[in-house]
Amino acid sequence: MALCFPRLSLEARLRGRAPLEVVDESWAVVENRSVLVCNGAAEALGVRPGSALTAAWALAPQLRILPRDAAAEAGALEAIATWACQFTAKVSLEPPQGVLLEVAGSLRLFGGIARLMARLRGGLADLGFEGQLAAGPTPRAALWLARGGGETLQALPIGAIGPEPEALALLRRIGVRTLGELMQLPRAGITARFGQGLLRDLDRALGQAPEPRVFFVPPERFKAQLELPAPVMEADRVLFAARRLLLQLEGFLAARQAGVRGFTLSLTHRHKRSTVIDVGSATPHRDTEHWQRLLREHLGAIVLKSPAEAIGLEAAGLAPLAGAAPGLFGDARSEAEAWERLTERLQARLGGAVVHGLATHAEHRPERAWRAAGGVAGTDEMPPGPRPLWLLEPPRRLGEGEFVLLAGPERIESGWWDGDDVARDYFIAARGASLAWIYRAREGWFLHGLFA
Amino acid sequence: MAVPTAALEAVLHRHPVWRGGRMVQSPVRAEPSGHAGLDRELPGGGWPAGALTEILCASHGIGELQLVLPALAALSRRDGRIAWLAPPHLPYAPGLAAAGLRLEFLTVVRAPGRRDALWAAEQVLRAGACRALLMWLPRAGYGELRRLALAAEAGAAAVALLFRPLQAAQESSPAPLRLALEPDGGQLAVRIFKRRGAQLAVPLRIPIPRPVHAVGGALLSPAQPRSQAARPCPA
Repeated sequence: MALCFPRLSLEARLRGRAPLEVVDESWAVVENRSVLVCNGAAEALGVRPGSALTAAWALAPQLRILPRDAAAEAGALEAIATWACQFTAKVSLEPPQGVLLEVAGSLRLFGGIARLMARLRGGLADLGFEGQLAAGPTPRAALWLARGGGETLQALPIGAIGPEPEALALLRRIGVRTLGELMQLPRAGITARFGQGLLRDLDRALGQAPEPRVFFVPPERFKAQLELPAPVMEADRVLFAARRLLLQLEGFLAARQAGVRGFTLSLTHRHKRSTVIDVGSATPHRDTEHWQRLLREHLGAIVLKSPAEAIGLEAAGLAPLAGAAPGLFGDARSEAEAWERLTERLQARLGGAVVHGLATHAEHRPERAWRAAGGVAGTDEMPPGPRPLWLLEPPRRLGEGEFVLLAGPERIESGWWDGDDVARDYFIAARGASLAWIYRAREGWFLHGLFA
Repeated sequence: MAVPTAALEAVLHRHPVWRGGRMVQSPVRAEPSGHAGLDRELPGGGWPAGALTEILCASHGIGELQLVLPALAALSRRDGRIAWLAPPHLPYAPGLAAAGLRLEFLTVVRAPGRRDALWAAEQVLRAGACRALLMWLPRAGYGELRRLALAAEAGAAAVALLFRPLQAAQESSPAPLRLALEPDGGQLAVRIFKRRGAQLAVPLRIPIPRPVHAVGGALLSPAQPRSQAARPCPA
């Protein structure tokens, strides 16, 4: 199966923005003062790949141009290949615009060629790439079909096989327009006129000669960058761009059957300054939706001081992710998972110190007899006297006439070893309509709790 | 003209239908409150799950938590998680443990801002991961209460208890069940002033555990216990 991206040089630069934002703007990537590739809006105005920049500007004065960035294109192609590794281990690059997947072994898993293609196409669109997909019996045939967009090799225009410019001109001069017509030429003549290369490619496409391919090895660590063509301040737009990278991460992790416990999103501002956001989770995840939800809360909590021009996403610390077995443990498991996600979201927005669990702690001083830790058993030791349900932090000083003592005292004397010693007599007292837990210390009377 | 009884029942059992004169029994899922006298008067026989309940109390420390703790303890014993949202003070772990709650199933969201508290309440209710949510919102507009009520209905049937001051009884509220608590000697006077079904004319008197006699000792006056509290500690 071949994936071909005719607009890769544009998409590599523009996919940081939502398609809807770009759809009305005309954009083009320019090399040597002529248009290399342009988007739909520019084409609607008459701009064509190959037209001179001056001509393009005459047609579309609002045309926005980007210089070609070969490194960004290579990076985008590798990002696609990394993402595609979740579908098959045998992925190879076909620069400048193609990626080849050997899917014969994966077809059953993905439910047939049509479903796999639909999935690839949808996934690529989510990543911000519009690919031409084609399946073929040999890698080269698939690649040519993807480039040419036809049904059979015979009908393919001769340009799709990518011959040298002189060879292409010569072929056209002798009246060869399709691959089928080329195949009918005598082999000796082809070799004599166009060299060995063309015939070798033809044999490889037809499966008459083997084609060794070097398979793509995905990187060990996940690291991806995305340029934001127009600097952004809004969290929503950052989130949109980050989603593209999170989807890449999901594909990367799916290929390894792993998850991560967190990632770092860095926003690059002008003058190389950057904002770094660490997003973490208690258990490993790879689900984009999950990470996106967490990231949204993190982004909501910060204010960008200056617009971001690029974002980068890095994730380390891969952890194996057990395949989900829904229903096996019933509701309790899904409820526990939902709970964990909920806690993470609350903590992401409100802060870790605000959202916490409760545990008892073996300590005589009442204000230290609890811990803000969750999921810990705590101590089974019960305090000697009654304990209130509300504890006031800090204790509130009381005047002599503000309460009526009902029962007590319970002496609590502790803490001399750490300098924070207390010597208190605790009483239960009526304070208005409330039942209060108060104590007397050297400094006077204090309200410490309420029996609610 | 005869209306098929089954169809009529179906309509009556749907959420917003009231029938005067008696309580609608079956459709409300509820968690028994642990107070027999209260359960008899609550629709469904306990704290409703999947609906907002308002508990209005004059002040903190009158036994308002003791009223709901038996139900919470029962939920936590069944591994149900309980969230405490914006409590007025720290929920005190030793006291809660003594009341039979399993602390590992409690989560506290302390002192969030007002908007954050509303946001968190909605998240908790809609996530469907919690069996009970206790929240304290001293000031809440009708629109905000409406959102909470909808979230409580949308979620996976959690007991949603909203604690507000007694003055809020004057304001209208979308909560289908509203109670007002006032201290009444050693008991708690519970006035159910809104519920599905007939109003309750007289307040219920619910005995709640008060620890007054747990320490021993009779009524004391502030001057009486000249204990050694003021004695300097061995440093």
